[in-house]
Amino acid sequence: MAKITFVTTDNESIILEGASGSIMQLAVDNGVSGIDGDCGGVCSCATCHVHVAPEHVEKTGEASEIETDMLELNDHANEYSRLCCQIEITDALDGLVLQVAESE
Amino acid sequence: MSENLSNDRTCVVIGASHGGVNFAFSLRKAGWEGNIILFDKDPVLPYHRPPLSKGYLANKDAIEKNFLKSVESYEKENIVLKLGVTVTSINRSENSVILKDGSVQVYDKLILATGARPIIPSIKGIETISNLYSLRTAEDVENIRNALTISQHKSVVVIGGGYIGLEVAASLQKMGASVTVLEREQRILARVTAPEMSTFFKELHAKNGVDVQTDKNVISFNAKEGVNTIICSDGSSFEADIVIVGVGIHVNLELAKNAGLEIENGIRVDATAQTNDKDIYAIGDCTFHHNPHYDRFIRLESVQNAVDQAKVAAAAICGKPLVYDTLPWFWSDQYDIKLQMVGLSTGYNKVLIRNEESENPKFSIWYFKDDTLLAVDAVNNAKAYVLGTKFIKGNKKIDQSKLIDSTIDFKPANLLIE
Repeated sequence: MAKITFVTTDNESIILEGASGSIMQLAVDNGVSGIDGDCGGVCSCATCHVHVAPEHVEKTGEASEIETDMLELNDHANEYSRLCCQIEITDALDGLVLQVAESE
Repeated sequence: MSENLSNDRTCVVIGASHGGVNFAFSLRKAGWEGNIILFDKDPVLPYHRPPLSKGYLANKDAIEKNFLKSVESYEKENIVLKLGVTVTSINRSENSVILKDGSVQVYDKLILATGARPIIPSIKGIETISNLYSLRTAEDVENIRNALTISQHKSVVVIGGGYIGLEVAASLQKMGASVTVLEREQRILARVTAPEMSTFFKELHAKNGVDVQTDKNVISFNAKEGVNTIICSDGSSFEADIVIVGVGIHVNLELAKNAGLEIENGIRVDATAQTNDKDIYAIGDCTFHHNPHYDRFIRLESVQNAVDQAKVAAAAICGKPLVYDTLPWFWSDQYDIKLQMVGLSTGYNKVLIRNEESENPKFSIWYFKDDTLLAVDAVNNAKAYVLGTKFIKGNKKIDQSKLIDSTIDFKPANLLIE
């Protein structure tokens, strides 16, 4: 199990526990505001944009090329940006903190 | 006078797929405190539809992995799901809907998210084919998977070379079937893409062992001693254990039509997704709506439109109107190819192709009407998709000679004409 903290754009902290699946799915299942996952997790819609806490980038790894490309012209993207449908939950992610990005 | 949103008001939604479910959650979020009741004749908890013909079919996942929202999410937001329930009519004078078992549900607001159903063409002998399927629901996938498991030769003929047909072909090929696609037009994807894209996908399928045949107009079926034969107008014939039909959809308009709502090529709605009855809204595949960017009325079969209209309708009902003003976008996954599309190419008179240097196919097709960019199809090229979206939204003028020069870095500043 991994405990993951989502900080929404209203600065609400939501702590969720997940064992498998993607972080997007965990967030959608628990109604985290700002994470929609409209495409179902195939990196086609960019509605699951989060910023990984800088000290946790090592846990999640960096964004893949398609994630970076999807966020290329997004005003709220930065070096910590990820599309969280592309992050699989594992025990190693325990303690992860994610800031939900402003929507475009 | 502002409307009083008291707790005993009821919003009824017919259709619990992308449109209906997103609407219900958006409505709650927008402040609706009354009841929300979703009806769908599909008994399965609402799920993502696009993966059905793609990864979901081939990966043999359970449908649970594909749910739009968890059971707990509906409970938490007090959204009532009535699944496996068919609504048979709408009584506008009483503000109620009548269910198949005769019971009546009253509404203050009614949302039609009735979607569409696959066309099963009335071709001679089609009723004799036992293993004939279309693909729209989780049950369809289950039936196709089972049929393939027990089929002797694992031979499949897919009728229709549109996105659904091609995605199913790619998935079934991955599952070990021997697949032939029969397309009536001269090229696959003829209605939706440029010839260059049709050629690309035809070659892609050939490379992966799927036989794509064009100019094949199916005129009759013949099932004898367990062998299904598909006969075309040019005299050619094909045999298959399983036949999949992907030739388009019928919009589910019957409820709206019988209720006397305004119908054109879909249920006609305004910019807030409202029908000509102030208490009834319609969203998603079943609507005929105005797209401000292209300034014309259209009907769209897409997740994007279902979700966007859901938000617009929810906002309007809660007295915070948004105006529907989004660009259509779509995607398709076949083999290791990711196709992303933005905009509507209808009416284009020029196509430009930009090829990136890459080991795998990576290119984009740009549809123009004179100097105006209408749409972009991007193959394994999310950057082109994103740039295209930005340019179309902003009505930007593009330097077309720079666009097709892949040595010029793919950045707005390099491509736009001031």
